[in-house]
Amino acid sequence: MEAVNTRALSELPPGAKGKVVRITNTEGVRRRLLDMGVVSGAEVVVEGMAPLGDPMEIKVKGYRLSLRKNEAASIYVSLEE
Amino acid sequence: METGTKTTETTAKAKSEKIIALAGNPNSGKTSIFNDLTGSHQQVGNWPGVTVEKKEGKLTYQGEFLKVVDLPGTYSLGGYTEDELIARNFILFDQPSVIINVVDSANLERNLYLTVQLLEMGANIVVALNMVDEAKAQKIEINKSRLTELLGVPVVPTVATRNEGVKELVAATVSRAKELPPKPLVVNYGQEIEEELLKLEELIKLNPNLNANYSSRWLAVKLLEGDERLRDEMQKCQADRVLVQTGKSIHHLINILGEELEAIIAERRYGFISGLLKEVVSRRSTLEERLTVSDKIDQVVTNRFLGLPLFLLAMWAVFQFTFKLGDPLIGWVEAVFEGLGGLVTGWLGVLGASEMLVSFVVDGIIGGVGSVLVFIPPIFLLFLALSFLEDSGYMARAAYIMDRFMHFLGLHGKSFLPLLIGFGCNVPAIMATRTLESRQDRLVTILINPLMSCAARLPVYVLFAGAFFTANQGWVIFSLYLLGIVLAIMIGKLFKTFIFKGGISTFVMELPPYRLPTLKSIFIHMWQRGSSFIRKAGTIILGVVVLVWLFSNLPPGVEYASQESIIGKIGSVLAPLFTPAGFGNWEAAAALIFGILAKEVVVGTLGVLYGMDEAGLSQAIAQHWTPLSAYAFMVMTLIYIPCVAAIGAIRRETNSWGWTVFAIAYSLVLGWVMAVLVFQGGRLLGLG
Repeated sequence: MEAVNTRALSELPPGAKGKVVRITNTEGVRRRLLDMGVVSGAEVVVEGMAPLGDPMEIKVKGYRLSLRKNEAASIYVSLEE
Repeated sequence: METGTKTTETTAKAKSEKIIALAGNPNSGKTSIFNDLTGSHQQVGNWPGVTVEKKEGKLTYQGEFLKVVDLPGTYSLGGYTEDELIARNFILFDQPSVIINVVDSANLERNLYLTVQLLEMGANIVVALNMVDEAKAQKIEINKSRLTELLGVPVVPTVATRNEGVKELVAATVSRAKELPPKPLVVNYGQEIEEELLKLEELIKLNPNLNANYSSRWLAVKLLEGDERLRDEMQKCQADRVLVQTGKSIHHLINILGEELEAIIAERRYGFISGLLKEVVSRRSTLEERLTVSDKIDQVVTNRFLGLPLFLLAMWAVFQFTFKLGDPLIGWVEAVFEGLGGLVTGWLGVLGASEMLVSFVVDGIIGGVGSVLVFIPPIFLLFLALSFLEDSGYMARAAYIMDRFMHFLGLHGKSFLPLLIGFGCNVPAIMATRTLESRQDRLVTILINPLMSCAARLPVYVLFAGAFFTANQGWVIFSLYLLGIVLAIMIGKLFKTFIFKGGISTFVMELPPYRLPTLKSIFIHMWQRGSSFIRKAGTIILGVVVLVWLFSNLPPGVEYASQESIIGKIGSVLAPLFTPAGFGNWEAAAALIFGILAKEVVVGTLGVLYGMDEAGLSQAIAQHWTPLSAYAFMVMTLIYIPCVAAIGAIRRETNSWGWTVFAIAYSLVLGWVMAVLVFQGGRLLGLG
């Protein structure tokens, strides 16, 4: 499944869309992400970055979520063409 | 565990009085529902042993009294954050009759995640389908009766901000309280997991301790999710067999499923919700149509170029609103108390009271009460502004915009505003740290806040800089502000590294839709902050003011605050300690003690001690001090011990005397060290 089009969420530009494949990394952050709907199979859209370039804003489960790029780096997303 | 010992006591109470708890996600309008239910009958305090706010209220319905408890807003009921643990333990051990689960109708999918968990626990719930107007505006249609059927609990549509549906909600809640809780909801976690759950459930049912308190299936699911709190509980209940089986099951499942169980379980739970929503919700809008007003506002407010300037403008506006508007009001409060003091002096004089008694009543008590009440204008105004920012949804954006900068300093985006407000007054600033969710972030922000040089320290700088650095007065004062900021950053990093190590601070945060706040919620919020400050911090402030008055006037017959008074003697004893910092005289030491009342009091005290009015004081200081010792003294004034009002606020907000004493101790040591470094360093450079 982990084809070429699977990328870390933190690397995606605004407007990119995809589906969450898995979350690696630290326990506390992952727990929180899962609770807030960033689960495998969930659709995410990158909405943009904060004016200083970090954190980023995504849309998931129909609402807006912000997270730091180092937190987004542990979320792998398969891109939609 | 603490909750265990309290269980019997609270269940006994529950029999005489029914408890309704409110649970829901942050931004779901839970607070508005709470306000609608309880009106002005609210009490704000803290949950035992933690900094999390606890709100309680009373509701009367058809002659029946119900106690309403507002649980912390959470997205889940895992035991990972303080908030979640409090909410969960309350539901498990205090056994409220009914839980009103407030959900945001326009954001149903994520909100139902908590609902599902409540139902899995077997809690007796009523769902308040809040903000149905917003859902309607977005053309989201919710089939209420189907949702009621699928969840198996009553569902009541509400618009809390307009008090719509609240009567129906109360009626549904009261009738629900008379019924037994529903059977715990069963989410299908897939065959492999279900097999292990079954094994665990059997063992749980065999243990009478566990059976009494938990739904066996819920407990089994939580154990597979790796819930550490519950694992500890198992150890205490001597459920060794359950623990062993948990370990085995987790190991087995990770082997065959190849992924962390908590991820799979969360995914299946969300899967259950998706299935449910397919039957309940229909959207009649296209994606473009759903680009709401809120989205359009966001395109401007968090815009790459406009975001920062707009943010700075908003902060400037809050600061001006709080202090520019507040300062004249403070002047009025002071004038009222001065006038009152004059009147009382007159009356007591007529009654023939001794000079000592007059001074005690006027300077000690009236002065003390006055020094509490002067904080009311800035606190009320600040919280008026903050409630507006919070309720409108801008606060989350402000944190989003500032987080990169604050994270670089080891803090959270939400720390910015409290630190900024600190330049005006540390008291409301410390209270404003409530918006920070993580305990570590919050404590660090509170502890370093007094290093933001507040307005009360300015008169001290003006006096000394005016006496010694006439040409460079501005630069000297600016250097002190800068020193405070630099120290705050360094101390913050230090605390993060050594005291709060291992704590996880995340920025995974919802950016809620923009909403127009209601006046009612803003005023209730403002009133709660202001009045709780008076009640909690007020006693500490008043106590210290009276104590300092006593020290200045005892032993009987001494001249006020003279060298023979207790305070003079303490000053004389302490003075040698300040010799290395260049101001080892009793006047300076006594002035610093008075400065704890409020930093600007240092100026007045020196005036009294040198027997000078304001104009003469500058000359008197020029005679007794050198530029270097004056600078060291200003550094000391900046850093040492927060003023008594700030101490009261720290005590109130940390809910701990330990942290309060720590804040006093570290700032005192740091102030002394910095003053000595300045003086000795300056001498080495030949400046002294």
